[in-house]
Amino acid sequence: MAAGVNGAEILGRGAKDGGILFRRWFDALSAAPERGEKTAYVFVMGSLAEFLRSFGLHVSFPEINSLQTAVRRVAQDYLAVAEDYGYSPDVCGYVKADVGVQLRHGEHPMGRIPKPDLAVLTNACNTYVKWAEIWERLYGMPVFTLDVPGSRSAGEGPLGSSDGFERDRRYVECQLRELIPVCERVSGMKFDIGRLRETLHHANTMSAAYQRVLALNRSRPAPFNALSDGTIYLGVANALRGTPEGSRYFEDLAEEMAYRAENRIGTLAEEKYRLIFIGVPCYPIFRRFFELFANWGGVFVASTYLQFAAGGIDAPFRYDLARPIESLAEGLLVSVRHSMDSMFFGERELLEAVGAFAADGIVYHPIKSCRTVSTGLADKRRAISARCDAMSLFIESDLVDKRVVSEAQMKNRIDAFFEGLASKKMRVQAGAPAQSAALARR
Amino acid sequence: MAYAAGVDVGSTQTKAVIVDEKGAIAGRALIDTGANVVAAAEKAFLLALETNAITDEQVGYVVGTGYGRFRVTFGNSQVTEISCHARGALKMFPATQTVLDMGGQDTKAIRVTPSGEVVDFCMNDKCAAGTGRFLEAAAYVLGIPLEELGPTALRAEKPVPITTTCTVFAESEVLSWLGRGKKIEDILMGVHRSIAQRSIALLRRVGIVEQITFTGGVTRNAGIVRVLGEMLGTELNVSEDSHYTGALGAALFALDQIAASWRPAAQREPGP
Repeated sequence: MAAGVNGAEILGRGAKDGGILFRRWFDALSAAPERGEKTAYVFVMGSLAEFLRSFGLHVSFPEINSLQTAVRRVAQDYLAVAEDYGYSPDVCGYVKADVGVQLRHGEHPMGRIPKPDLAVLTNACNTYVKWAEIWERLYGMPVFTLDVPGSRSAGEGPLGSSDGFERDRRYVECQLRELIPVCERVSGMKFDIGRLRETLHHANTMSAAYQRVLALNRSRPAPFNALSDGTIYLGVANALRGTPEGSRYFEDLAEEMAYRAENRIGTLAEEKYRLIFIGVPCYPIFRRFFELFANWGGVFVASTYLQFAAGGIDAPFRYDLARPIESLAEGLLVSVRHSMDSMFFGERELLEAVGAFAADGIVYHPIKSCRTVSTGLADKRRAISARCDAMSLFIESDLVDKRVVSEAQMKNRIDAFFEGLASKKMRVQAGAPAQSAALARR
Repeated sequence: MAYAAGVDVGSTQTKAVIVDEKGAIAGRALIDTGANVVAAAEKAFLLALETNAITDEQVGYVVGTGYGRFRVTFGNSQVTEISCHARGALKMFPATQTVLDMGGQDTKAIRVTPSGEVVDFCMNDKCAAGTGRFLEAAAYVLGIPLEELGPTALRAEKPVPITTTCTVFAESEVLSWLGRGKKIEDILMGVHRSIAQRSIALLRRVGIVEQITFTGGVTRNAGIVRVLGEMLGTELNVSEDSHYTGALGAALFALDQIAASWRPAAQREPGP
């Protein structure tokens, strides 16, 4: 940490600056059409924001736009518009909230969402492909889908075997080279490798600082809540990836978190239980959700959301600025695989995280909107419970749709979870070994 | 003598149990919850006191449980029904390792260690399928009293399958079978099996380890007890007091508090 750091100045800076930067980013996005500037719709997994920014394109994240409707408690209005139009209640809430925004001509609680001039996506989520087709039908703009080969098996890691990885990397690189003329045509700007180097450099800086921030939450007490505070950081990470403002923000944030860790400043007056969150937050009752845990002294010290929704900046990878396109292909491959692996092959990492973060419990939060990420959580829970003593809680709700969020039932389960944690803690403190679910099942 | 009390405010019925210093049941009461949850909690508590001429002042600590636990305004603290059913089931049947609680709108599967630690639990999600309400809906459609459901179902010869998992749609399915001339007992057995299947699915999620203790209001239905036992291939622990299990567990948690720090009724603080 830099000498002479003033704690009073930096404490709370991450939350405050994050809100300001996010607001500015959104205002610039809203103003893009008036300024004659172009917008690309992208998704958080494999956004390629640093690449698109080198063409001067604004990036709009429909996932972020949708979750904002829930946080601002107007999601039901947008869902109703989409369902009245004919979308089934079973369709992903993010998709329907976005369709509602589009059918309302971009009207959004944070401002106005510009129409897309281009959509760039990967196959990281199967819904992405069908989602982009909706915009294509509505606006007729170009849609560019990159086919990114996933990890072949659990435990292989995002780099896989060297031969296979290089083949996959070249495959992605070919697609990126096809994307360049599309971006040139839409933006009216020639590809400039110098500008790409610059955005990749900022992405590298952000990535290194972001990883320092996540690692600092191993401190006790945890400097930030991975669910509430972490989601603010995630918004900035996605929106400002590849920009000097974004990289500076995370360097400042790492400084704040280091200060908090050194001075044992946590997020609660008393941190009693350290928890890991698996899944996507419950945005319809976002604040209330983490309060239900905080009221018991529970703090989320880590979250898979800060991995799979971070666009790969948590992955062990830095762009090689000497070979930008080749390295961008490598980065995209690693980031998409890393995101997917954190959802589908995450057992080993999760077990390591339980130890590294000294977690007392794991909270699994499957969501109705996404069967893809939710279906396997019951199996994951069973596998993890058989191999570690951390207690677990399984609660289901949704990321946007309040109709499937039952707060009373959720509170009941959360209270029971903490009663169990308290009972276990008392037993351990009394000198008796705690009996894990794994042992109890034998 | 200092007593402890547990008041279990369920969606359908409210139960109160008073225990003595050794944890033995000294008084109990069960009433319909109705619309006034606060009044139901008070009434059940007072009735439980009356059963053994115990006075309010003799009760040192009250724990509220059940969905209305925060409406037990005279309670000292609250504990979820998950912990309370586990605690109560162990008191009734000390070899319990798995608890199935079936109430009016909740069904819970709970894994508990011999020392009473809840290691895992699972509940029905956001609808009343597989709960007592499912049985109530069938009773209403078929026009027979709740207490006759079990005995009627046990007379079934050719049970029909009830496939829907929605309580509302189950009514339509029952009506449809009636329209096709099926016997009431065969339809009812189908309903019982449907509930049992959903409950066993919950049990599997936490792991089924004997002994299994069945608690909650639905334990009074002999049909569901028989069907569950057949499907699980084992006999379930069921007590005549099984529907008091949650309240008993709450009373035992209250007793812990008295043991830790006894306070007379006059010094009790109301719950939040």
